[in-house]
Amino acid sequence: MEGNKGNSELGKILVYGLLIMLAFAGYAKFGIPLVIPEAPPVEEKITGAMTKDQFVAMGDKIFHGKGTCTLCHSPVGGRAPVLDAVGPRSSERIKDPRYKGKAKTGEEYIRESMMEPSTYVVAGFGKPGTNDTVSPMPQINKGAIGLSDVEINAVISYLQKSGGVEVTVPLPTGAAPAAPAGGAEAAAAPKPATTAEEAFNKYGCVTCHVVPGIAEGGDMGPNLTKLAKEAGSRKPGMSGQAYIIESISTPNAYVVKGFEPDMMPSDFAEKITMSEMNLIVNALLGKK
Amino acid sequence: MKVRFMFSHVKKVLSQCSTGVYRFGAALALLLAIPALSFDYMDISQPVLKSAANAVLAQKAWANEAAPAAAPAAEAKKEEKKGPAEWAPQPPPKLEEKDYPVVKGFNSRLTVWFIAQLHLFFGAFVLAVPIFVWLIEITGVVTKDKRYDDMAHEFMKVAMTGFSLAASFGGLLSIALVVFYPQFMTYMTGIFGKVMIFYALAFFAESFFLYTYYYGWDKMSDGNSKIVHIGLGLGLNLAGVFLMMVSNSWASFMMAPSGLDDSGVFQGNVWAAINGHLWNPINIHRFVANIAYGGSLTAAYAGYKFLMAKTPQEKAHYDWMGYTSFFIAIIGLLPLPFAGYWLTKEIYDYSQQMGITLMGGAFAWLFILQAVLIGAIFLSANYYLWCCLARSNGSHRYSFMIKPIAIVIVTMFLAWLTPHTLVMSSTELTQIGGAHHPLLGKLGVMAAKNTAVNFLIVLTFLSFQIYNRSNKKALGDGFWAQNGTSVQIGLYVAGLCNILALGIYSYYLPASVRIGLSVPQVTTTLIVIVASFIMDGKIFNKSEELGETKWGNMPVRSQYALFTLTIGFTWLMGLMGYVRSAIRQHWHVYTVFRDNSPGAFTPTLPYAAAVVTVIVCVFIALVLFMFWMPMLAAKKGSSGEH
Repeated sequence: MEGNKGNSELGKILVYGLLIMLAFAGYAKFGIPLVIPEAPPVEEKITGAMTKDQFVAMGDKIFHGKGTCTLCHSPVGGRAPVLDAVGPRSSERIKDPRYKGKAKTGEEYIRESMMEPSTYVVAGFGKPGTNDTVSPMPQINKGAIGLSDVEINAVISYLQKSGGVEVTVPLPTGAAPAAPAGGAEAAAAPKPATTAEEAFNKYGCVTCHVVPGIAEGGDMGPNLTKLAKEAGSRKPGMSGQAYIIESISTPNAYVVKGFEPDMMPSDFAEKITMSEMNLIVNALLGKK
Repeated sequence: MKVRFMFSHVKKVLSQCSTGVYRFGAALALLLAIPALSFDYMDISQPVLKSAANAVLAQKAWANEAAPAAAPAAEAKKEEKKGPAEWAPQPPPKLEEKDYPVVKGFNSRLTVWFIAQLHLFFGAFVLAVPIFVWLIEITGVVTKDKRYDDMAHEFMKVAMTGFSLAASFGGLLSIALVVFYPQFMTYMTGIFGKVMIFYALAFFAESFFLYTYYYGWDKMSDGNSKIVHIGLGLGLNLAGVFLMMVSNSWASFMMAPSGLDDSGVFQGNVWAAINGHLWNPINIHRFVANIAYGGSLTAAYAGYKFLMAKTPQEKAHYDWMGYTSFFIAIIGLLPLPFAGYWLTKEIYDYSQQMGITLMGGAFAWLFILQAVLIGAIFLSANYYLWCCLARSNGSHRYSFMIKPIAIVIVTMFLAWLTPHTLVMSSTELTQIGGAHHPLLGKLGVMAAKNTAVNFLIVLTFLSFQIYNRSNKKALGDGFWAQNGTSVQIGLYVAGLCNILALGIYSYYLPASVRIGLSVPQVTTTLIVIVASFIMDGKIFNKSEELGETKWGNMPVRSQYALFTLTIGFTWLMGLMGYVRSAIRQHWHVYTVFRDNSPGAFTPTLPYAAAVVTVIVCVFIALVLFMFWMPMLAAKKGSSGEH
């Protein structure tokens, strides 16, 4: 009898305990919205066959994913400055009397902020008690985030593009991806150029321009054989490299005297791959 | 055959060890492996031992790599004569999925999770029990009340099986880690190898003190021998705390590595690796939590025995034991949120990214579940205290306070579990005008949470204080006897108003400043508790009892409040163990040693909750076994008497 009483009491206690635990687990399952944590990040596959828009899109993806930037750089919580206008603002930051870094351009400032966050801390966003001299932000190229140089460039390109300024970061180079096997789309995809000459021919540059290394060329556009000397001085404050990239991406941004606007197609930025852009820019600048 | 196979491997592994230190460690690990292998692990014994051997061989490979590759043969011979090459630090390896051993029928991550959590449950219990047993024993000596001594002895009796279970799961955990994560263990051993030896040796000290303390209890019951016995108890606790702190250093290193260079190479200073950013916050948090948890578990034991009691004397004894255990649990529970806040603050301080991942990222909703659990613990604790008033003759003087306290506690509980962002349909979103409810959304931020938790703590202490004085009447015409209660009421009102005002004020401050106001809120709570406690001493300096405390006069449901407390604590420990480990995300050692195993993903909350529930069920089954053991001994004893 006593044994039965003991077993019955123990049974009650166990059922009670089980119900409590099921209530906790049930609340976790049904009472709380399901958040699926992100899968472990993988290094972005970067090839020379990316267009600028693809590169910017990759920066967008890293910014909102692997880079974990939006944990702090978002309007919610006010933990770090919102970066929607960091593109144009970056050039102003380096003129701030508090700025003690080495950046000379907006692009360099953004890169420095990512790799050495304490170089310049935006007022009100420093670690408590440091008078805005120490940033709570981790170095983005180290530790848990550990972005590569190219990934950092992709993020900068995204920030520049979303901020409405010219994308000035160097474009990634590297082997083109293997052509996908079979399929109509695969067959239609043009093979990326591997030399400057191929690139000039692929995009029909020689139809209108005379370019370095190719004897024949048209005269509807400026002769580009002396661009290496002239590009750096075309637009004040803009490097020769940036000028050429801008001229290819946005031809009407600067029209050489004696030529008409709207003559050059404006969709090269969507077609050209990063490696091809590099090949063309380097050839025009006389670099090997 | 398998036994012979095992011993031949043991011999082989030991012969491969490059230094005496590692040989000792390997011997210990393999020694621990043998009992585990003798059960249902037989079918995997080969991979187990091969993995253990591989880990040790990998350690040796490091030692060999340290020698210059192009060293002339003569110099190599000299080195041989001198002894094995010095170990040289290595960066953590970059592993791929194929580098993680697969043992058929076992999920590596789940297996380690289960074993580690069960080890922690029993470890926490057996580290906590000797601490309060020792204090109760001293109380018995000071008050010369033998009941304390008997109760302390009974607590130890309950915990004895727990020691064996904690050690068994500890050994199993070591083996599981070597089997499933050999490279990780190699890396960790490369840094903490020397400390691991002292850790293993401390078990001998722990065992020595444990057995002499427990088996010498009756022999060393009075005079100088009692002082020696108390000394043994001190030794037992020092060994226990040492063991806890050493193993904490490995866990905290995995979360916030220190003593490494940028590429994760250990710089040779073991103390720097131990004394990382989160070591002490974890030490304090675990120590306090262990006390609360140990108290709650013994309270459950007393509750069960109370319900089983056949005589009023037995009921009275187990009621008293249950109350004492509960009191210990509350002593641990009250400062626990503060220790938790400190740990979280240090996590933010170490890595804002980790902190935000914890509180604002993937795990943010977990803290709503945590609030529910802590709320359930506080409610059950207060309910038990209100039931306790039935023991006192003067409790009617305070019974009117229970309802208002209950209303405020439930309100604060609801405030604590209200999320900031609501889950709504698009129509509801449009109607409300955003993801945050205009009124309830304000309860979702830390300003409201901090206020709620401080209210819960102050009011739980008030419930305790009411019970503590319910059977007393102050005598005399001194200031405190006449006016002390009024001063206390003023203190409580001022304290609660201050906590509320600080909470409201913090809404008007930026988020980064707002969190700082939790410090004056906590300070206010501590002042109210400590000052009120001191005042009680002065008020009842001269007092009379309003009758004998009616131990055993408790409703059955009060014991179920104790069971709720225990299950709540256990489940919460499992949940927080998950989040503490999961905030490392896909890293074995955060930012340094990446986890590329198939189990590197972060599990969802329902998945973790299901795993925790199953682990707690297994744990409860083992606890019943632990409780049954002393009863079995008692049965044998009584049958012998007849």
